[in-house]
Amino acid sequence: MLHSVSTDLALTATDLVKDFGDKRAVDGVSLAVPTGAIYGILGPNGAGKTTTLRMLLGIIDPSSGSSTLLGRTKPIEAARDVGYLPEERGLYPSMHCDDAIAFMGALRGLPLKEGKRRARLLLEEHGLGAWASKPIRTLSKGMAQTVQLLGTILHKPRLIVLDEPFSGLDAINQGKLEALIRREADAGTTVIFSTHVIAHAERLCERVAIIAEGKVAFEGLVDEARNRLRPIVRLKTRAADGPWRSAIPHDARHDHGEWTFELPPGGPEPLLRALLDGGAGIETLAIERPGLHDAFVAIAGAAAAEAMGQATPIEEAA
Amino acid sequence: MMPEWIRAAYVIARRDFVATVFRRTFLLFLLGPLFPVLLGFGFGGMGAKLAEDTARPTVAVIAAPAAFDPIRAARDRLAEASGAAPVALIQVSPGPDIEAQRDRLLAQKTPPVIAVLSGGLERPHLVGDISPRGSTVGQLRHMLEDARLGTAAPPRETEPELAVTVTRNSTGRLASAQGFTARAGQTIVFLLTILLAGAVLSQLIEEKSNKAIEILAAAVPVDAIFVGKLFAMLAISVVGIVVWTIAAVIAIATWSSGGLGALPVPAVGWSAFILLSVVYFAMAYLLIGAVFLAIGSQAGSVREIQTLNMPVVLAQSMIYFFAASAVGHLDEPRGIAATIFPLSSPFAMIARGAEQPALWPHLLAILWQGIWVALILRTGARLFRRSVLKSGPARRWPWQRKATA
Repeated sequence: MLHSVSTDLALTATDLVKDFGDKRAVDGVSLAVPTGAIYGILGPNGAGKTTTLRMLLGIIDPSSGSSTLLGRTKPIEAARDVGYLPEERGLYPSMHCDDAIAFMGALRGLPLKEGKRRARLLLEEHGLGAWASKPIRTLSKGMAQTVQLLGTILHKPRLIVLDEPFSGLDAINQGKLEALIRREADAGTTVIFSTHVIAHAERLCERVAIIAEGKVAFEGLVDEARNRLRPIVRLKTRAADGPWRSAIPHDARHDHGEWTFELPPGGPEPLLRALLDGGAGIETLAIERPGLHDAFVAIAGAAAAEAMGQATPIEEAA
Repeated sequence: MMPEWIRAAYVIARRDFVATVFRRTFLLFLLGPLFPVLLGFGFGGMGAKLAEDTARPTVAVIAAPAAFDPIRAARDRLAEASGAAPVALIQVSPGPDIEAQRDRLLAQKTPPVIAVLSGGLERPHLVGDISPRGSTVGQLRHMLEDARLGTAAPPRETEPELAVTVTRNSTGRLASAQGFTARAGQTIVFLLTILLAGAVLSQLIEEKSNKAIEILAAAVPVDAIFVGKLFAMLAISVVGIVVWTIAAVIAIATWSSGGLGALPVPAVGWSAFILLSVVYFAMAYLLIGAVFLAIGSQAGSVREIQTLNMPVVLAQSMIYFFAASAVGHLDEPRGIAATIFPLSSPFAMIARGAEQPALWPHLLAILWQGIWVALILRTGARLFRRSVLKSGPARRWPWQRKATA
């Protein structure tokens, strides 16, 4: 489901660069995230996603370039309206769950008492009510991650930034997180998340930025990324050879009796006619729209896609 | 309405405070520093004896020069034989009223006199703030016996015994005891400062390792984290100080026969001295804590922190010894230097509070230290911001700038 997206921009970045010593981690990243969007930042590990998010949130300063966060040039001025879940989860092990969530809200300006009340409600909603007064150290990794996520949304931010939020979650919790992201977006909150698992972005996002080696290789609607590629034709014929073969592009792949090739520029009608007239004896014919993964391969290159593919089995299963 | 920056620092400080004070290990924190406190007061209680034994007191001898000479010669022989410096003697010619003269001598400030000997070799009488079994009396008894041997007077069957009258008001005793109070105050504040600065550093390491620092840095200004952490530990230490002070007062009132009055009174009085000590402790802690935190933020691991910690503690010890050397010499160049140098200034001023009654230098010193606290906090926060998350532009050394220009 797509959400109505405002033309206002919740976040912009213009030519952001970050050097760590001699190494350039981010190289001229420009982004524009519309208010109300679910926006994905895709890229393999080490592409510069986390560094970009940290710069956008003002945690680290860029070496050059500029950005705005909810219309503010100084990110800290927008901090009360932002929720952030870092890639490396940070909680105080001895704190009680409700206190930890309330503390994260207090950092963003929510009074502690109100924060604690909301924390208990959220914990109940997410099936962790019994753990409210237990120390973080007693929770499982998934539960601790949920606690931190609740701390991220406690103060009802206008913008939520999640850095690799699905990492370390089992399939059930990944599904819950996806639902939560959709709920927040339905309520008008802008959600930005980074991921190296394309399936999540494909399911959730209207817009994505594909980052590889510190650069933005693509930025725009998911459909635009897919539309960069021609539809894929998968064909099985009874005839092994014949005049119909002239309708098949030279670079078509033939595996296990199935032809796979890009739909020729003329479209499906001329192809279909040529196959029928040429006596192909069509067994099966499918014309598929390319997925985000195909678009990613085309945009970022096979190496980046391979790096993206190194997801954990759980992440792949989701 | 609280400014955002202060509100953020308060939120950080409150969490750290609660997380520390409501832990079982805080009890150990409270008990640990009790040791130097008890030690300090213990030494204070023993001050009357110790100061007499360790310092070199001055004894005024009321006698004509001719009568004084054998005593002085005996003192010189004692010094030569023992290899150490015995009590210092000054000769004062007898006036018409020996009693009044003795009182004047015991009250004089330059040099401070611990006791007055009168009556010559025939009827020696020592009056002062001394212990009858202390080393001052022992040395004088020895000198008098030796002096008698050197005179032409015929030997007697029983030599006249040295009469000792103990008083509670001599400038020598006071100077000595106040010097001791100064050192005890310096030592306690120094130990507390190092302990707390180390604690705040440990907390930073913990936060770096559990990654909570990124949550904080995304939500509030990094400067607020720095200041919040420092002030949390300061507040924790105030809890400690209150507990320790109450415990010390109860202990002294219970076990000291004279109660608090038995302790040597600092020159500014006990109330002002305790208040000033707390203020100087806060200053010293903020200065040293800020340095610790800024240095700690540069390190990437516990091992690096430990490596950095050693030279820093050594440097702190040198500063402490520098300030300690100013005790009793506050108006001399080294005392003035220790007072002006920002890191030793709080310790030197504690000594001044113990030894000199004027309060206005403390106002000046607190102002001076306040300026340095602000400067070091600002610089420390900047370093912290630059390093704690590897933030800020990449560092460029001068030759690199030239190459890229």
